[in-house]
This record gives sequence, C-alpha cells and structure tokens, in this order.
Amino acid sequence: MPKLLSGAEIVFKSLEDQNVEFIFGYPGGAVLPIYDELKNHKSIKHILARHEQGAGHAAEGYARSSGKPGVLLVTSGPGATNAVTALTDAYMDSVPLVCISGQVPTHLIGTDAFQEADTTGITRPCTKHNWLVKDVNDLGKIIHKAFEVATTGRPGPVLVDIPKDIQFNKGVYKVEKNESPKKFNGAKPNQINSKDIDKFIEMIKQASKPIFYTGGGVINSGPQASELLRELIHVTGFPITSTLQGLGAYPGDDHQFLGMLGMHGTYEANNAMHDCDLMINVGARFDDRITGKIDQFSPKSKKVHIDIDPSSIGKNVQVDLAIISDVSELLKKVITRFKEKNKNFLSSNKEKTAKWWSQIEKWREKKSLNFVNSKQTIKPQHAVQRLYELTKDQDTFITTEVGQHQMWAAQHYKFNKPNRWMTSGGLGTMGYGLPAAIGVQIAHPKKLVVDIAGEASILMNMQEMSTAVQYKLPIKIFILNNEYMGMVRQWQELLHDKNYSESYTEALPDFVKLAEAYGAVGIRAKTPDELDDKIKEMINSNKPVIFDCVVDKQENCYPMIPSGKPHNQMLLGSEDEKEDVSDEGKTLV
Amino acid sequence: MAKSKSAYSEPTKFGKEDYHIIVVWVDNEAGVLARVIGLFSGRGYNIESLAVAEVDKKKHVSRITIVTKGTPEVIKQIKLQLGKLVPVHKVADFSRNDPKILFKELALLKVAGTSKKLDKAKKLCKKYNCVILDKTKKSFVIQVTALRREIDKLIVTLKPVGLISVSRTGAVAMTKGKEIFIQN
Repeated sequence: MPKLLSGAEIVFKSLEDQNVEFIFGYPGGAVLPIYDELKNHKSIKHILARHEQGAGHAAEGYARSSGKPGVLLVTSGPGATNAVTALTDAYMDSVPLVCISGQVPTHLIGTDAFQEADTTGITRPCTKHNWLVKDVNDLGKIIHKAFEVATTGRPGPVLVDIPKDIQFNKGVYKVEKNESPKKFNGAKPNQINSKDIDKFIEMIKQASKPIFYTGGGVINSGPQASELLRELIHVTGFPITSTLQGLGAYPGDDHQFLGMLGMHGTYEANNAMHDCDLMINVGARFDDRITGKIDQFSPKSKKVHIDIDPSSIGKNVQVDLAIISDVSELLKKVITRFKEKNKNFLSSNKEKTAKWWSQIEKWREKKSLNFVNSKQTIKPQHAVQRLYELTKDQDTFITTEVGQHQMWAAQHYKFNKPNRWMTSGGLGTMGYGLPAAIGVQIAHPKKLVVDIAGEASILMNMQEMSTAVQYKLPIKIFILNNEYMGMVRQWQELLHDKNYSESYTEALPDFVKLAEAYGAVGIRAKTPDELDDKIKEMINSNKPVIFDCVVDKQENCYPMIPSGKPHNQMLLGSEDEKEDVSDEGKTLV
Repeated sequence: MAKSKSAYSEPTKFGKEDYHIIVVWVDNEAGVLARVIGLFSGRGYNIESLAVAEVDKKKHVSRITIVTKGTPEVIKQIKLQLGKLVPVHKVADFSRNDPKILFKELALLKVAGTSKKLDKAKKLCKKYNCVILDKTKKSFVIQVTALRREIDKLIVTLKPVGLISVSRTGAVAMTKGKEIFIQN
C-alpha cells in the first residue's frame, strides 16, 4: 500500500517535485496546516510579505526576472481577495504564477464562515484556470497540472484553493505522467506550416518599408528568443521597435532599434509604424496604448502577426499572415530557411530600404525624447538618464511603479538583455514596483535591483520595505518625487482645463526618515549638482535604500500621441501643447 | 453633446451582426458552466439562449449550445477564447442559416379556459406538430419542438385563446448526414 501523506505534505511534495525554491506568502487560519509543514522542507524558502498583494507582485518579479513560475501562498477570504490584483496583473502581462490559497473546511463552504470567500468564483476571470480541491487524493495531480497550465502556451496565473480539512486529510501522492500534451491555448503549438514560413520570407523580400514590432512574447519565449530576434534583425537589416513589455529583447542602444512605440513612444518608431509597408509583429498584442486610433493604424501596411495565443490574432487588428507559435521555435525555422535561400540579402536589399532608412533618420533628427534641462531643479528625465549612465556597466534589473516615472524609465533607460525590465503594463498597477523588486532580488541576490518609482505609487505597497529589510535585500527605491500623481496631473493639464482634482498629495511622509524607520537607508537629492554623488552612494550601499529624488513638479511626459490621433500626429513637447486638442480628441483620450 | 473625457479611444467601425450557434464540448466538472458564461459576460458577448447537459456519462463530457449574435470578428474571438479554457475539448460554430445544420428548440405551453376556447386553441396548434402532455376539463399542456421563430409565432397565436404559462429551452443543434464535427 502506498504511503499516506497529509494534504499539507502533498503540497510540499508537489512543490519539491516542481523544483520550487521560493514561496511568497502570508499565513492565516485556513492555511496553518501548510505553514506547519514548512519546517520539514528545507529546500523551499518562504518569503513573508507584509500584504498578500505584495507577495503576489514579488512572485511576479521573481518569475519575470528568472523565467521560472512564481509561487504564492495565501489564506482564505481576505488573503485571497488581496491577491486578486496581483493575479489580474499577471494575467494581463502573461506572467506564470501559481497561487495556493487556503479555504474554510469543506463542510463550512457556503455558510458564510469566518474568512470565507468564493475564491474560485472571484479569481475565475483573472486566472488561466483554477481549482477547488475536494479530495486529498486529487491534490498532487491538481498542483502539477496547475504548474503546467501556468507555464505552457501563453503563460499566466492559476489558483489552487485547498479547504483546511483537505490539508489535514491523508491521501496518496502520485505523480502522473502528462497524459496528453493538451493545448492549453486552444491550439496545439508549434505546428508551423512551411508554406507560412515561405510566405513570411516572401513578404520580407517584397518589403521596401518594413518594421519589426516586438513584444513581451519574445521575453516569455526565453533568452534564446532574444538571441534569435537579434540575428533576424541583423540578417534582414530592418528597423525594429518594441512595446513596453518587450524592452530588452533587442539592445536599446543599437542603431536598428527605434525605441519604444505607442502612446509615449518615440517619434521615429510611431511614424515608422504608420508609414511602413510591412509590419512584423512578434509576440505583441496590438494593445490600445500601442495602436492609437485603430481605423487609422498603419493604413498602408501588410501585417504579419506571430503569437502563441490564437485569441490574440485578429482581436484588435486584422492581419495578412498569422502564425501561431512560440517565438523561439518560429524564428529558428525562419532564420534557417531565410539564410538558405537569401545568402546576400543584407547587401542586395540595402538599396531597396535605403529611402526608408533615410526617412527614419529624418524622424530621428527630431530627437523626440529631448527635454529642456535645468541647472536649478532636477528634471525627472535627467535623473533617469544619470541613473542609467551610472548603472549601465553592471547587470542591473529595473522595476517600476505606474505613471510618468514608468514612461520616463522606459524611454531613457536602455536595456540590453531580456528579463531586466519588470513593469506593470497591461493592468497598470500602482504599487507593483517595490514588491516586484523584492522578488527580483530574491532571484538574483548579487545583482543591482532598482525600482524607479513615483512618490504616489510607492505609498501603495510601502509596507514591503519591511520585507526587504527582514531578508536583507538591498533593493534601491528611486523615487522621482514631484508630489503629484504625475500622469493624472498631466492628463488634467492637457484635457481637463488644469483642474488638478485630487492629484496633489499633501502630507507626504519624509522618505528619508521613513527609510530609517524601516531600518533602511534614506538619501535625498534636491539639485542636479548633487545627483550623481547621491546615486553613487545609493549604488554602493549594501542595504535597502529609499532615494527621494526631488524633481520638477510640472514636467510632462513627451512625446505623446494625443487622444483620437493616429501614430503620425504626435505631440513632441510644450511647443505643441498650444495647438489645442480638438473637442473630438478630448472625447477619445 | 457633453464632452466625455475618457482615457480610451472611441469605437470605430461596426461590422454586420449575425446569429451564430456555438457548440462547446466540455468536461462536466464543477464551475465549468460559470467559466463559459463568465467569459461571455466578461467580454461583452451576447447570449440569446443556452442549453447544456451531459452527453457522455463515461467521459463526463457535456455539450453546451449557445445562440449568440455578433460581427464576424466577435464570433471568431468567441471561438478562440472558448478554445483557451482548460475544460473545453472542442468548439463548433454554425451560422443560423446553414442548411446542413439542424436546429431545434422545445417549449411547454399551458392553455386554460372554457372548453370552447380550448378547442379553438387545439386547432391553432395543429400545424405545429404538438404533443399533449396533460389534459383537464379546463386546461391542457402541450409540448412543441420547432425553430425559435415558429415557437414565437405559436405563442403569439395562443395568447388570445388562453395561453397562461410558457417554458422554453435554448436551441440545440446537430449536423445533418453521417458527419460529426471534428476540431482540427
């Protein structure tokens, strides 16, 4: 007879068999049996957050920087509901998370018991799948399936809800061999039709105004995908732009890279997207922050869309060639086939795309990321640039909160490697960056991890400083402090007649003293003169640091595609602001 | 018109909406119907009618038939989104005008009144291939299996002669001939 294990033991057995090293979590009544079992499993380390949302974002940061699934352990009721924001964030940005939640004992489900919530009901729309475990003998199988669903196809969060009696009950743990490599995206992946590859290559050869538009799918496909992407860009000689989530897949300082596209993307990237005759979307999803006005989106181009998720195809933009595949698998085949048949493509095609490149250079000359620097006050863009210059020679991981600082970070910090950039793009979750930095630092203990933050966002999960201090995680919180919810203020300035309704934060804490209260280091920089030295002081500290960078309060984030406008009608800066946004435009923001 | 200042773009072109019958084969497990229905409500798709029951006792497979209305793009999204759900085995989509497909709905109708009225009502039912399930001196209950619009018509016809209760199912569908639907 097989050995009987308690549900709690089965949870850890399964996690061990999945090679889980870290769990991010917070204990509570309905998960106590699992927490009791923790001491018997030395290979698994638990990181105690200060709030379940923080635990969730930490697990996300861990997953995105390491390529492994993040594991989250929370209690029933409020524990699970607090995790919902992190699960939704992971769902939007395709981050593999496995959330294990406690539930009230089976016989109390449905009685409004203490700390009971319909967790599977609440999380159904924000997970790829979830399970309520009703029999301890199913538990092992379910947890393994959960990992499989989370990590295959388009990655995402899953949740396993385990009632407390199931955690105590004894059952059999058996690992089943994966019965069928079932299509967790609705399609069997990587059945790439060679006709499609030939068609794709033919389109590449026909194009005179091509552009690659790449996204988070490249990062999710693993480091090899970034290597292959670089190779394809080099053999074709085509320009490339990236979404917010795709930054780092292609070197940010390379000449063929046009910078980020979209609402706050560069002038050259957006104009190239608008005027191209071939758009090659690799692992991006035509998000509304990217496309702008959809019926004027890149009107003259043929479009290729490569995505692992069939439902991404044709959701927002209709395309001419769709290939459902993992990015690495496809690029490998495309590059091999392309090189076989087109030995001297780069030189022979140079003339064909020369006009296109010279047009791109003209757009580039606009220097759309420029800003008017100041000797008196620190401009936020300048602060990010200095941070970049002073950290670029070491392998640095950047997380962000959400708002202006996030866009400035994306614009001015150049990434050269994948998995170095963790930001909440789809959901836009303020409070993401600090806990995410904790997760990143757990995965990369020796690396420099900086959360580029705003003073409003950081307060949303400030409690996690305590976690950073407890585990001696030397994360750096680099706050661009303008005392406003900057992006809200910017919209209000441009569209709501400068009625700054509730976007100014009065009574901000003294961030230096706050850092000290947590047992971290506090640094403040007020003038451009002292900025570099203070940043160096931050980098050289081996403790967690809160850096209060006091910046210009009025600075707006440019360039910007205003509402109701297509890609080729960008605002470049305060000069353009005077040209009033039309009434129609105001509606369309 | 008041100026709206939403942070999103306006809807652009609308395609022509059409009725489709979506058939979904799913594992019959707890919450599966909620997943399917939640997907429809969460993404703003329509449900005109719904029919669901287990069709394979051994494999615990249920067949869900949903009548929906949408543009070709929306219908395509519905199929693709449903295909992503873990308990979903396959998804079929039939246009309501497809001649190769059989559609049926079932309704129970209760008529009450004087015997004169009941006789009249029975006469009106004749065309519809009805089955009488229950009969008293003052009432009868009939079962009718037909297309949605035919049942609609029968209901309108019976209203003036004492129709007092209606119970209807959603549509179910099946391909004609020996073929069955196979997902590639």
